[in-house]
Amino acid sequence: MIFLSSPHQHGGNTIQLTMLSVIIALIPAAMVSVYLYGWLAFFLLTTCIGVSLLTEYWLLRWMGKSTQPVWDGSAGLTGLLLALTLPAAVPWWMAVFAAVFAITLGKQLYGGLGYNPFNPALAARIVLLISFPLHMTTWIVPMHMGATLNMYDFVTSLQFFFLGPDAVKQTWDAMTMASPLGYLKTELGQGTTVSQALLDYHYSTLHAFIGRESGSLGESSALALLMGGIWLMARHTISWHIPISYIATVAVFAWVFNMINPDVYAPPLFHVLAGGLILCAFFMATDPVSSPSSSVGKVVFGIGCGVLTWVIRTFGAYPEGAMFAVVLMNMATPLIDYYIRPRVYGYKRGKKA
Amino acid sequence: MGLAMFDLWHKIKQNLFLKPQPGFTGGIVHHHQFKVTAGLPIVACPLPDVLMHPIKQHIGEPCEPIVQVGDRVLRGQVLAKAQGYLSVPVHASTSGVVARIEEHTIPHPSGLGLTTIFIHSDGLDEADESLYPMPNYRSIDVVELRERIRHAGIVGLGGAVFPTFVKLVQDQKHRVDTVILNGIECEPWLTCDHQLMNEKSHEVITGLDIILYLVGAEKGIIAIEDNKPDAIKIMQTTLLDMGMDKYIEVQVLPTRYPQGGEKQLIQAITGKEVPAGGLPMHIGVVSLNVGTSKAIYDAVCLGEPLTERIVTVSGDAAPSPVNMSVRLGTSMHFLLAQVGIQSLDGIKLIHGGPMMGELLGHDDIPVVKGTNGILAMRETTVLSAHHAESPCIRCGDCGEVCPAGLMPNLLAAHCKEHQFERAEDYNLFDCIECGACSYVCPSHIPLVHYFRYGKGQVAQIQREKAFAEASRLRSEKREARLAKERAEKEEKRRIAKAKKEARAKALAEKQAAEAEAMNMQAKSASETENTDNTTQKRKPEETA
Repeated sequence: MIFLSSPHQHGGNTIQLTMLSVIIALIPAAMVSVYLYGWLAFFLLTTCIGVSLLTEYWLLRWMGKSTQPVWDGSAGLTGLLLALTLPAAVPWWMAVFAAVFAITLGKQLYGGLGYNPFNPALAARIVLLISFPLHMTTWIVPMHMGATLNMYDFVTSLQFFFLGPDAVKQTWDAMTMASPLGYLKTELGQGTTVSQALLDYHYSTLHAFIGRESGSLGESSALALLMGGIWLMARHTISWHIPISYIATVAVFAWVFNMINPDVYAPPLFHVLAGGLILCAFFMATDPVSSPSSSVGKVVFGIGCGVLTWVIRTFGAYPEGAMFAVVLMNMATPLIDYYIRPRVYGYKRGKKA
Repeated sequence: MGLAMFDLWHKIKQNLFLKPQPGFTGGIVHHHQFKVTAGLPIVACPLPDVLMHPIKQHIGEPCEPIVQVGDRVLRGQVLAKAQGYLSVPVHASTSGVVARIEEHTIPHPSGLGLTTIFIHSDGLDEADESLYPMPNYRSIDVVELRERIRHAGIVGLGGAVFPTFVKLVQDQKHRVDTVILNGIECEPWLTCDHQLMNEKSHEVITGLDIILYLVGAEKGIIAIEDNKPDAIKIMQTTLLDMGMDKYIEVQVLPTRYPQGGEKQLIQAITGKEVPAGGLPMHIGVVSLNVGTSKAIYDAVCLGEPLTERIVTVSGDAAPSPVNMSVRLGTSMHFLLAQVGIQSLDGIKLIHGGPMMGELLGHDDIPVVKGTNGILAMRETTVLSAHHAESPCIRCGDCGEVCPAGLMPNLLAAHCKEHQFERAEDYNLFDCIECGACSYVCPSHIPLVHYFRYGKGQVAQIQREKAFAEASRLRSEKREARLAKERAEKEEKRRIAKAKKEARAKALAEKQAAEAEAMNMQAKSASETENTDNTTQKRKPEETA
């Protein structure tokens, strides 16, 4: 008889279920991306997800391991998250490179699911940003703004995806625009005030919220992301600690500095809605593998992410700091887990056995 | 979805308000309670032909058999007497003859055996009436009552089987003001306490009154989860009927596992935590199971020792699950036959509830004092809970549900990697093994199993350390003794040498003195001799 230890009942949660629920929660954001960028978004999504799954499968086979983990959903989720962080203008080979990098160096190198110190999708995105800064900061005009562009049909999109802008007889200038964060950064560098820059950009908080501003595929619509995120919190798949503390910290910092000097520091609502903050807060920072386990640790992690995001956005060379912030805090996770532990029953806080 | 949202709001509220909320840390809600036997009346299990009484059915030292093979015993007669302080006697559950005393399997995960006294029932069920009833317990001395409770063999019937009399003390330093009666029964499937409260509310409340008198507490609380509305109602009306509602109250708690754990229940009711390494008494609380309370009533008011208890026989493989009043020592095989289970093909037996109970290898095992349930589960059901383990994704669900506030994922990793010092640093020994972490783990990691393994290994290491320490001390002592002996010998030798030298010196001196004297003598003699010689010498010369 095999010795089986209690409990003899299980709640029924599985890794697949967890991953699947995160994937479901990302569907609204993916749909918004398809709405904004048409077939381009679709190609990017399928490429990233497909290549991630294939890489995982081939790596596991090559290492002589069971290929069962391909179907646990984590590789597919990594691919989906990766695609959602990429600009729509990314060519096919960059998407493939990023997906292979995320699975190989971001995940399997460390031993596969559960052992990766960084969020694989974010690590791959950072590598792309540093290696191909031009491509990664060029934002295609969304469909509803550039209806005259006439390049969102299936064939043109396919040609653009594989052959670049020349193949569809477009110039980068005609089909791209700045993201709100990038525009603000440039304008502030030239001495414009925040309010003037936002006015020039025709920035609208409502548009940023429902997702009509340009940006990476998945980060446009705060509404779609919040729908998924809140559903995940309600399902207990993610806890509220990281997203809330992360977003609140960014907002508080932005608010305080905006009070001090509104000409130089952007208002809190702009910071919260612009860029990848909400995507990172709900779906990247909450990656359980690379974030702390305890509730208090999660809050500390979220605050750290928030501070770093705001600091990088405001003082750094890059307009967007959310992904750097999350990866930097990923590095601090073992430390946080070591020093911040929940209070054990019957002990006073801070005292140990 | 609606439920989930509500749960989220509850969680946020719990986390937002820093002042302690009623309820205990962590915990899980079972979506399926499987309490199929709830509301079913308690039926008496028929008397089996053979009863098996293991000599240890409590936490503490085992008892010593005081009957011989062939002795006739009566129901309630002591078979094995308590040894040491933390021990209570074992009684015969029916009248009959002691058939044999030998090793037999007991309900323990190890499947190991223990000395067991077998009694062949004579079917008369004659009671030993040496214990007189004490219905006016409030006029009887506390010490005598306490001795009665010990003598009746009463232990915690919730499953922990801790000798009850140990808890029922009046300590001047730690005055007990509240007695909590545990009617929580948070394990799925089990309903024995529920049904006991439904049917024996009077006895349970009287038992609580005895406990209140014993420990000198002024307030009694009967804690019941809100999934037992009938029991709540019955207890409340009985309290009113008995006129005890002034100082005993029924407290209803939201259903949540493991609320029935002693520490968790105390936290849920008083908001206070039992200090680490301390006892509930240290914060003025004593908590007992409702079954224990009923047993105390039987022992005190009726003069009956603990010879039977209520057992829930259930499980998804049991055709007719039931709550049964069972004589201790009844074979589980006999019990299962009562609910219509003849063979154990494709069935796994669980002793206790599914969360903390142990799997049994076979059914030739007696019901003991700690048996609150026997679950006959389909093998597939049990095995589906023991799915193959996947890597930990560190989701932290385990920490969220841990009632002890541990970090089970890190703890299990340390146990797995044999980093036991680290594991102890992460409070391994504060784990109560409730199984909530394993229950929610998406990777199906048997966390509790790793903790048990870790605890066992640490205990082993400590034993080895103690042994090594003892050996070291012994060898040091030996070394010291040898050194001492050597030193003594050396000393002796030195003294002997000194003596010898002194003697030799004295001798030498003496000899020298003698020689001197001789010399002197010789000198004077020679002088005379010389003269003689000269005369003598002269003589031959003269003669020559």
